[in-house]
Amino acid sequence: MPEIALEMKNITKRFPLVVANDKVNFSVYKGEIHALVGENGAGKSTLMSILYGLYQADSGEIFINGKKANISNPNIAIHLKIGMVHQHFMLVPPLTVAENIILGMEPRKNHFFIDMEKAIKKVEELSESMGFKIDPEAKIENVSVGIQQRVEIIKVLFRGAEILIMDEPTAVLTPQEVEELFEILRSLKKQGKTIIFITHKLNEVKDLSDRVTVMRRGQVVGVKNIKDTNQEEIASMMVGRKVIFKVEKKPLNLGKVTLKVEKLEALNNKGLPAVKDISFEIKEGEILGFAGVEGNGQTELVEVITGLRPASSGKIFLNNRDITNDSPRSIREDKIAHIPEDRRRRGIISDYTVAENLILGSHYLSPFNKGLSLNFAVINNHANHLIKIFDIRPSDKDNLLKSLSGGNQQKVIVARELYGEPKLLVAAQPTRGLDVGSIEFVYQQILNERDKGKAILLISADLEEILSLADRIAVIYEGKIVNILDPKKTNEKEIGLLMTGSTKNKELLKVK
Amino acid sequence: MKSIKKFDYTILLEKMTPLIAVILALLVGSVVIRLTGEDPIFVYKTLFSNAIGNRDGWGNVLFRATPLIFTGLTVAFAFRCGLFNIGGEGQMYIGTFLAAWVGFTFIHLPALILIPLCVLAAAAGGALWATVPGILKAKTGVHEVIVTIMMNWIAASLTFYLVLLYKASATEAMKAAGVQQMIPHTDEIAEAARLPRLYNIFKFLNIDFPAHNQVNVSFFIAIGVAILAYYILWKTKLGYEIRAVGYNAIAAEYGGISVARNIILAMMISGAFAGLVGTNEVMGFKYRWRQELFTNLGFNGIAVALLGKNHPLGVVLAAILFGILNYGGALVNIYTEGRVPRELIMVLQAIIVIFVIISDELFKRLIRQRRKIA
Repeated sequence: MPEIALEMKNITKRFPLVVANDKVNFSVYKGEIHALVGENGAGKSTLMSILYGLYQADSGEIFINGKKANISNPNIAIHLKIGMVHQHFMLVPPLTVAENIILGMEPRKNHFFIDMEKAIKKVEELSESMGFKIDPEAKIENVSVGIQQRVEIIKVLFRGAEILIMDEPTAVLTPQEVEELFEILRSLKKQGKTIIFITHKLNEVKDLSDRVTVMRRGQVVGVKNIKDTNQEEIASMMVGRKVIFKVEKKPLNLGKVTLKVEKLEALNNKGLPAVKDISFEIKEGEILGFAGVEGNGQTELVEVITGLRPASSGKIFLNNRDITNDSPRSIREDKIAHIPEDRRRRGIISDYTVAENLILGSHYLSPFNKGLSLNFAVINNHANHLIKIFDIRPSDKDNLLKSLSGGNQQKVIVARELYGEPKLLVAAQPTRGLDVGSIEFVYQQILNERDKGKAILLISADLEEILSLADRIAVIYEGKIVNILDPKKTNEKEIGLLMTGSTKNKELLKVK
Repeated sequence: MKSIKKFDYTILLEKMTPLIAVILALLVGSVVIRLTGEDPIFVYKTLFSNAIGNRDGWGNVLFRATPLIFTGLTVAFAFRCGLFNIGGEGQMYIGTFLAAWVGFTFIHLPALILIPLCVLAAAAGGALWATVPGILKAKTGVHEVIVTIMMNWIAASLTFYLVLLYKASATEAMKAAGVQQMIPHTDEIAEAARLPRLYNIFKFLNIDFPAHNQVNVSFFIAIGVAILAYYILWKTKLGYEIRAVGYNAIAAEYGGISVARNIILAMMISGAFAGLVGTNEVMGFKYRWRQELFTNLGFNGIAVALLGKNHPLGVVLAAILFGILNYGGALVNIYTEGRVPRELIMVLQAIIVIFVIISDELFKRLIRQRRKIA
């Protein structure tokens, strides 16, 4: 039997309307990488927050190295050598790497002065021990997301952590960065550290971890050795039923050109060129996928097409009609639907009810209005109808949207956008942060639209998603289309390199 | 996660926070009163029994609440669009002056035409004054707080100029003494422009009500406007758009809602509410415009809206509470022969507002803590 580093017994945590953790038992061996998976709202983050002292369990016990621990705040957790790398980094952008790492635990010189030399040396030691180099004097605001994450890891180690909790660490990384992160985690494991790895992505579980604990609806549904299981089994444990992972696509049946973009240029919020000389077409019945690391002009491209950002030059045609720089309302009326990438900021009004959100964009049209007033009878019927078709849960139309899970919020958006029978669907990061069940749902909806002969513009940072859905893949880098590829004749590695701008090596990468 | 079918008491608690805050504030206020050497029970008893213990008291309370309902709605309505309109004072000045001007200019019109005309003038004046910061915000992004503050001073100066232009002529007594009109006020508005006092209505209904009581029909206009504000905000597509912009302008824009248009419209409507203070001050009470430097009615509207949680019904209730404190406070001052100054009651109002803000903030933290789930 391996030594147990951490054990949580019978943990129960109730919130006013839900039981987030229901008699959860969770244990981790010393020196293993342990994946903790489950759908959104399964209770993973609550469990980890209890372990890290952010919440107190209503009942249950925690044992660290066999000793009972009462973790009432994160300081105690740190003292017990538990460290957490949050999904959203907790760094101070204008400070340097070293300054961020020592923040709150500054090594002192003569009692009053920070010993920066010692700090820098320590940071270098830690990074070298994991096999990478980092500039301790670089400012956080000037380094990439991948580097920031390493800073977070060093920060946790600097505080002496032996047990590391990683909360969805790969969500913000490129495929190359993910591989590098895995190397770092493996070297930490070699040093004897224990790692708890929260994720949605099952291939990562398979690649990296030794064991996996699956949670569903606040309960642990199983603990498996990775050797003895496979992705399909984990997935069906997560959702409680079989999930189709292979996307079944019907043969391509192209119609006439729906969207035509010609030499489009646009600026970003800072006034710098973000979309540079982009031209492409999408035909009826086709999914054009845009692959690229976020921040390479995808956001701006989508906003220009949907009328939310002016084009500085170039033209956009919908069914041969120039719609460049039309208002968002007029573009909606032209039947361009938009699933926005930033769900919470742009896609929903979280203080509005489900019913109110389901009419956003068509709230001024006749069926929803009677005379001067909104027609609540029709609005409510409409909501109940869509809630049923799209299986939005909970099924009460009067719930505020902020009380719904991310997956159900996305269902509301998808329901609303597809309801008007669009000619073109612009779907930006449509499955970001969603659980397996919701991803499957969104994929099916997108493919249904394709098969109905709609044109679809899909933007995604998830290569697997692009590869399995798109009929053609445009790789975007620094605002330009680097290449348009056939998904059958390419692979993740080629796209991954094109995404990072390595066009020079394109010849070397030719798919075998 | 399993759902527990249980009543969500937090929602009830949220609605109750102002009430809890008021009770706490009264408790703290009693300590303050005690420190001044007075008996808090006696003070509160005097305050409430006189303010709401009889019809005359109620009349006075509602008379004082009327302008606060208008200015409270001003703040609340704009707030629903995400705007902080603290220019109620200035919008009220312009609307009120305009109502007076119509009232003393078109003196030959019958009441049936002149009264609606004066009411419209009051609303239009306020709307006009609020449109300027609305347009500046919508088109250039200049913050409405800055512009509305500036517009308050412009309004005060402008009405001062206008009051001199339309200054009332000297009375017979003044003429006899050979002096000029020294009070900065205009001529009185026509009889046909005056709103009846509630006394007249009660007399008609054979209900006993003191004739000197100043509460007038403007109170009903205020209630009507509160209902209108509710109707616009929650029952029309305009309200849907205004609230959408207030909650999440980025999502509103995505939904084809013009953020600029709704900001301007919300400011106009909000300003119109402020302008309608003129129906009480000029058409129902003074019957003329008298220049003062800031009556504070506009600013108190902020506190009223805050206490009323930016909801029309809450605003009406909060305005009435302020009316009670205001009128009752004046009486306490008299009954204690000045030992309990009116300012003490103003301190009480301030404590209430502070408590509302604190309890709101505490409540939000409580919710945030409880809702941090998985």
